[in-house]
Amino acid sequence: MKLNDLINQNCEWLKGTGPNSNIVISSRVRLARNLRYIPFAHRANKKQKEDLLKKIKEAVDTTNYTKGALFLSLADLSNLDKQFLIERHLISKEHALHSDSKAVIISDQEILSIMVNEEDHLRIQIMQSGFNLDEAWRIGSQIDEEFGKKLEYAFSQEWGYLTACPTNAGTGLRASVMLHLPALVVTKQINKVLQAITKLSLTARGFYGEGTEASGNFFQISNQVTLGHSEEDILDNIERIIKQILGHEQNARQALFEQEGAIIKDRIWRAYATLQNAHIISSRESVDLLSSVRLGIDIGLLKGLDIKTINRIFILIQPAHLQKLEGKALSAQERDVKRAEMIRRELGGK
Amino acid sequence: MLCDICHKNDATVHLTEIIDNQITELHLCEDCARQKGTQMEQHFGLADLLAGLADLGQQFEVMGKTETKCPNCGLSYDDFRRIGRLGCSECYQAFRDSLVVLLKRIHGSTQHLGRTPAKRTATPQVEKPSLVKQSEADILRVKLQKAVALEEFEQAARLRDKIRTLEAKKTRTKKSGEQNTK
Repeated sequence: MKLNDLINQNCEWLKGTGPNSNIVISSRVRLARNLRYIPFAHRANKKQKEDLLKKIKEAVDTTNYTKGALFLSLADLSNLDKQFLIERHLISKEHALHSDSKAVIISDQEILSIMVNEEDHLRIQIMQSGFNLDEAWRIGSQIDEEFGKKLEYAFSQEWGYLTACPTNAGTGLRASVMLHLPALVVTKQINKVLQAITKLSLTARGFYGEGTEASGNFFQISNQVTLGHSEEDILDNIERIIKQILGHEQNARQALFEQEGAIIKDRIWRAYATLQNAHIISSRESVDLLSSVRLGIDIGLLKGLDIKTINRIFILIQPAHLQKLEGKALSAQERDVKRAEMIRRELGGK
Repeated sequence: MLCDICHKNDATVHLTEIIDNQITELHLCEDCARQKGTQMEQHFGLADLLAGLADLGQQFEVMGKTETKCPNCGLSYDDFRRIGRLGCSECYQAFRDSLVVLLKRIHGSTQHLGRTPAKRTATPQVEKPSLVKQSEADILRVKLQKAVALEEFEQAARLRDKIRTLEAKKTRTKKSGEQNTK
């Protein structure tokens, strides 16, 4: 597998399958791990970072799940390639910034990605389609256990896994779930939900990661506290809360359809028609319209369309993906044209 | 729509800023957005946030400890406050006193309850030898330090009394042992 093969691959988390996939896009588990004594990336010299890379590569090559995975050195990648990986949620923005002695390991189906020499030595990420934190944790904990036999993790009995930032110490576990909550947004209940979430020490972010606005009614919800609870408790807590949110969204969708049927239908059909016919479209407008279409599929209005196609378009509308598809650099204006073209093609428009 | 800053290029980036509860929307072209982004990053460092959370600056200056350095990587506590990141695993031991407070404020807890890595059990030397051989009184002393740092004074007083009782016992057994050998 090569980097350029990824664009034609339907990665695991966009499959649109898995439990509650009408509301939940994907579930993610991330583990922050470091090796003892070796300075963290921001403080290590080139040799220390290279040595660490070598150690990690050995562990990766001898671990069942990670054997044969794509191993990319960030220094070898163009800016476009790096942007492409960010858009696919395989690396963070920070990881792309200074590429020296950094790497990313990507498994088949993009279920697993491991960033090496990011803020922490290892950032192990497992993605699953739909509401499936359990499976993500099962895979993640297995890999972590194997690595733990080969590498001497920085660990203290008292404070758990030691991380570059104290906000990740303890389990080093961040579990997040990407939700599509259009009905809670339209019925203006979303702020109440988000406030409640913060009180329960969870946090909400936008679709495109940290610091982004929640566009297209997408919210990524994750735990904030990593110390003082077992991994199972952390997952259990977030699962319970997500289940409640799912219930609220489901009820809101139903109520909305019963009370405001005409308005909702009108909005969904207009969104679909625009996407099928537009010749110039910004990413912001596409995200908003795709959000309506996604809702339309769930309530059975748009038959013959599947969630998978919509998920796929969500990824393809981003700048680096459009440029990869075209095989050349595009200006913002050119992208708006190519974006519209791609969406028309995907949705069988003209 | 034209960029709000240069008024020349098309705005493709849309920012919402909240300053003093006032929401301002900015529509920018890519170039201006990049510049704006750099400015914003400088404004909101995680470091400031962490330093504010720990609020240990003054306390440490009084204790003359800002110069404390990690023996493994050389990071000073000042560096940590500035960048908001520790330098290596050993920094946790070096800045222990202030990290106890910081971890408590972030997580509401200072005791790990999760998994333990495999290699650690296979190689017990990972743990500091002094920690392995700690006496009950030593453990209580660490707890006492923590309680003082967290300003849990009632708990601290209880711990202090326990330590005193233990020490008194120890001296008694030592004395009686000495008498026996005589």
